[in-house]
Amino acid sequence: MENSIYLDEARDPLVIAEGWMKDGKDVAIATVVETWGSAPRPVGSHLVIDADGNFHGSVSGGCVEGAVVTEAIDVIDSGKARMLEFGVADETAWQVGLSCGGRIKVYVERLG
Amino acid sequence: MDPYALKTLNAERRARRAAILVTDLGDGRDRIVREGDQVAGDLGAAIAKAFRTGNSGSVEAEGRTFFLNAHLPRPRLVVIGAVHISQALAPMAKIAGYPVEIIDPRTAFATPERFPDIALHAEWPEDVLKRQPFDSYTALAAVTHDPKIDDFALKAALDANCFYVGALGSRKTHAKRVERLLALGATADQIARIHAPIGLDIGAASPAEIAVAVLAQTIHAFRSRGLDVKGAAA
Repeated sequence: MENSIYLDEARDPLVIAEGWMKDGKDVAIATVVETWGSAPRPVGSHLVIDADGNFHGSVSGGCVEGAVVTEAIDVIDSGKARMLEFGVADETAWQVGLSCGGRIKVYVERLG
Repeated sequence: MDPYALKTLNAERRARRAAILVTDLGDGRDRIVREGDQVAGDLGAAIAKAFRTGNSGSVEAEGRTFFLNAHLPRPRLVVIGAVHISQALAPMAKIAGYPVEIIDPRTAFATPERFPDIALHAEWPEDVLKRQPFDSYTALAAVTHDPKIDDFALKAALDANCFYVGALGSRKTHAKRVERLLALGATADQIARIHAPIGLDIGAASPAEIAVAVLAQTIHAFRSRGLDVKGAAA
């Protein structure tokens, strides 16, 4: 429904996060807050994660979601927000990376 | 994120109203700002810009770093009249990122054969608007030439503060229309918001050229919306 003017309730990450919250689940929300170079998802994009590691949405083209989910589960436990940074995969500083050559900053926080 | 902020944000998004989630990246506190809410200083200026452009991003203000996540409803274009101009306008607007809906109670005009892949309502605007009311992220182009069909939609668009209201017809036709809209209770300020004759003045002659002029005027109205308000506040 690319052209719909209404929210895609079944796939919208923030709607899903609200639903999880109503179901009593612990939830983390990850948000792309900065991008450099060619980044697959624009600033403001969300990935939402529950304590079991279920997730919806995206902060990259699938390159770093796994790492974000792992961090998000820690954030749910500790309640402390984290700022993550991801860059190209072949630079040794990062374990996972963006093959597109861009860099992104992702803010991960607990809901509530 | 504050659960209440998330609930509020989703409610605004469902209602097709613009909202910005402002997060202090230092302490994680957040709040929702709605369009028209007064926020002072550098943060307020950044928020106003985010509402105008729809772009999210970080801003330094008051010695802190805030992330502004702008959630703007998708703009849409409603065309009253399944006419020749609309046949050109609908696919062009769709390509430009403005989903189009066409309303025309004349079933001979409003046929899927004439408008493939376009949301089409072969009904009176009164009936369609009951289900899907206009809002400030809707543009309205009234192009039937028929007061019975156009007038109600024009008045409804002015009352809903649609970001663009255009009406086809010569200056003479428009003068008569103004009389009728005033009789319907429209104010002079509202009347002044109607673009008539419709479309940017590019000397458009054919239906397709008029469609280009209408689309360009719609885009201009969308991208410059809120600028007056900002000027008044400064």
